[in-house]
Amino acid sequence: MKLLNYFRGEAFQRGIHPPSCKLTAETPIRRLPYAPYVVVPLSQHIGKAPHAIVRVGEEVVRGQPIARTDDWLSVPHHAPVTGVVEAIELRPSARGPWAPAIVIRTHPGASQEDLWGQERNLDDASPADLLQMIWDTGMVGLGGAAFPTHAKLTVPKQAKAHTLVVNGCECEPYLTCDHRVMVEEADDLIQGIRYALRVTGAVRAIVGVEDNKPEAVRAIQSAIDRAQGHTPEGEIFVEAVPTKYPQGAEKMLITALFGVEVPSGGLPIQLGMVVNNVGTLAALGRLLPAGQGLTERVVTVTGPGVERPGDYRVPLGTPLSFVLNYAGAPADSKQVILGGPMMGQSAPSLDVPITKGVSGVLVFKSDDIAFREQLRTYPCIKCGECVESCPMGLNPSQLGMLAAKREYELMGSQYHLGDCFECGCCTYVCPSSIPLVQQFRVAKQVLRERAAT
Amino acid sequence: MSAIEIRTAPHVKGPRTVERIMQHVVLSLSPIAAFFIYQYGISAAASLFVVTISCLLTERLFVKTGSQSGDISDWSATITGILLALSLPPGFPLWMGAVAGFVAIALGKALFGGIGFNVFNPALVGRAFVQAAFPTAIASYTPSFLTGRFSEFIPSSLAWPLMQPPETASWLKAMNIDALASATPLAKWKFDGVVVSASDLMTSLSGHMAVGPSPLLILACGVYLALRRYLDWRIPVAIFGAAGFTAWAIYTFDPTHYPDPFFMLFSGGLVLGAVYMATDMATSPVTPRGMWVYGGLIGVMTVVIRYYSGLPEGVMYAILIGNAATPLIERITQPTVFGKGAAKKARRAGTYPLHPSYISREEASAVAPKKRFLPNKPKKHS
Repeated sequence: MKLLNYFRGEAFQRGIHPPSCKLTAETPIRRLPYAPYVVVPLSQHIGKAPHAIVRVGEEVVRGQPIARTDDWLSVPHHAPVTGVVEAIELRPSARGPWAPAIVIRTHPGASQEDLWGQERNLDDASPADLLQMIWDTGMVGLGGAAFPTHAKLTVPKQAKAHTLVVNGCECEPYLTCDHRVMVEEADDLIQGIRYALRVTGAVRAIVGVEDNKPEAVRAIQSAIDRAQGHTPEGEIFVEAVPTKYPQGAEKMLITALFGVEVPSGGLPIQLGMVVNNVGTLAALGRLLPAGQGLTERVVTVTGPGVERPGDYRVPLGTPLSFVLNYAGAPADSKQVILGGPMMGQSAPSLDVPITKGVSGVLVFKSDDIAFREQLRTYPCIKCGECVESCPMGLNPSQLGMLAAKREYELMGSQYHLGDCFECGCCTYVCPSSIPLVQQFRVAKQVLRERAAT
Repeated sequence: MSAIEIRTAPHVKGPRTVERIMQHVVLSLSPIAAFFIYQYGISAAASLFVVTISCLLTERLFVKTGSQSGDISDWSATITGILLALSLPPGFPLWMGAVAGFVAIALGKALFGGIGFNVFNPALVGRAFVQAAFPTAIASYTPSFLTGRFSEFIPSSLAWPLMQPPETASWLKAMNIDALASATPLAKWKFDGVVVSASDLMTSLSGHMAVGPSPLLILACGVYLALRRYLDWRIPVAIFGAAGFTAWAIYTFDPTHYPDPFFMLFSGGLVLGAVYMATDMATSPVTPRGMWVYGGLIGVMTVVIRYYSGLPEGVMYAILIGNAATPLIERITQPTVFGKGAAKKARRAGTYPLHPSYISREEASAVAPKKRFLPNKPKKHS
């Protein structure tokens, strides 16, 4: 396979091959029970937080809107469970500071069916109507960045999209939620792709899947064959791309599929492309015809010591502690990561809820991180490993030395700090164990603050 | 569940560490050192031991006084010691070897702040110092494969500290060996016009040639390191390419005065320098393009110094000049940032054409918002 990739040409330049550790790739998606209470943070995505439209003490049914917004870069929220609003108050958030959230106590006897949504026929809906419906579902990118989907699907006036790129790479180690969605919900995915094609006006859709997931490619191909004949929106292809981290970054996937590079600082729409995650489109394909809002998502709960790892359909707002108890996390867990191990975030507390952007919950015991614990940080020995692994073609070695000297302005102006998307390749390979990505995050934050003042 | 800890991403780490890199280099140097001892006997063994111990003690001293980072546990001083000993004549007085080891670490490394901060290859700094301080001792090689080399020291090895070593010529005469044999092949060519064949140089097994470890063995160890990615293959390839090309060009122009390029490549310390000294990570460029420039500079410089200067050997100075030029080379060879190169054209044949053939040309080229935009708001809800 390696040799084959060599002849085909690598997907994109540089990048790394971490051990994939996809423990849960064969396990079907299971449903997580409803927690006794759920916490819905108002801000779950990039952009402004919506405001709550329910009051404390009010009864809500599953799927009922509980927060709405007028801001373009924001989405509404829906009640993930049938129950009573217990509080609207500050709660721990994944980012650290406490943030406003709606707490709903689950009604123990409720059937938890989504009674709010009404089925509708979308065959004649115009692109503008469809876009409004997508906004109303409260959908954000389920791949992890949590960018509002309606904004991502909007093609600016002076531009035109011809291709919809569907991102099914899932290059992060351990995570398998997109993989399972592609295998089990391929028909929903095709349906979602058709809606997205109509909204964007693109004429073809290409699903890019890493070649370590052959059954996902097969499932999507057979779904395409089933949908053959009634896809007036355009052609749909599925393509296996060579496995490599960070293939799931949209610019890398575009390079792998088309051999072109999105201009630095630009967006894929400059090449006439719109990129969306498979999980997002599969969820849209199910929610739009049912007229429902986003109330649950598939989350990979995994880790070396977890007793029942798997991909769970988790109601949004379920506290981490409930998820971990159900999956059987080991008692001596040392670290809980929201997302994948390369770009995920350490959870500050187990009261943090699952939000729309959480694709995985990864648990490490103390002996899993012992190797990293005992590593000594050396000065940069200029081995060049980071330069050979940076997918953006930066010089992390030089950037790291500048960051140590607090030369943030120089990093931004001369060494293209702004192009770094924090994939973590440089830190992964660094033999001196220098926390390069963290230094870059700090540098970017400082530069943002300086620019704002 | 016990308390959980917060760390920053990435939460997984590759297996490679500084210690591991250095250990592999030491491991790959061990057959070369063993062959060196096989060639020259106990004098070579004593030289390797004394120089390495001197380097380690100096490193420990400066770590203790707090003026440098790292420690002897990172194995980098061991590499410096072995390389320095391999680059010195086997009969080099042991006390001078100890001085070389001290200078290598003290002036070459500790002065700059220890591992990673040194500008010049420490082993070469040490060697340059003793080249200037003890020019006769460093030029007097002894022939290899002498009988009784495992029972008897080369007399110059055991010179008292601060004393000049005794002449080895009379000692050699007693062993019935031509005194000329104690000149290195490069010196023989430079001063007597005798060219040794490249195949003899490659193995360094024939006769009593006064050469270092076999270039073939060094190349084999270098290939092992390059395959395991513990050294960058670009630098030795660039050095051999540039040196070979320069020597070949001069040779075709005037074959009577100048030796053939293979003699240039396999004589002296070029192979050891190209594989182990020039590839020292801290003192060579990090940028891939810079490595080619750096290697090319060293290769050309080596041949120029060998041909036109008063010295028979030029690898050491060429690498030191290359080290000095490294920051400048890095500055002009920064890698091309993704999306800033020739972005318009497909670099490799992608699986799909950028614009499908079934959309019109106008539609395909209608896409060009210049700046990063915020989505234009289609309608405002109140």
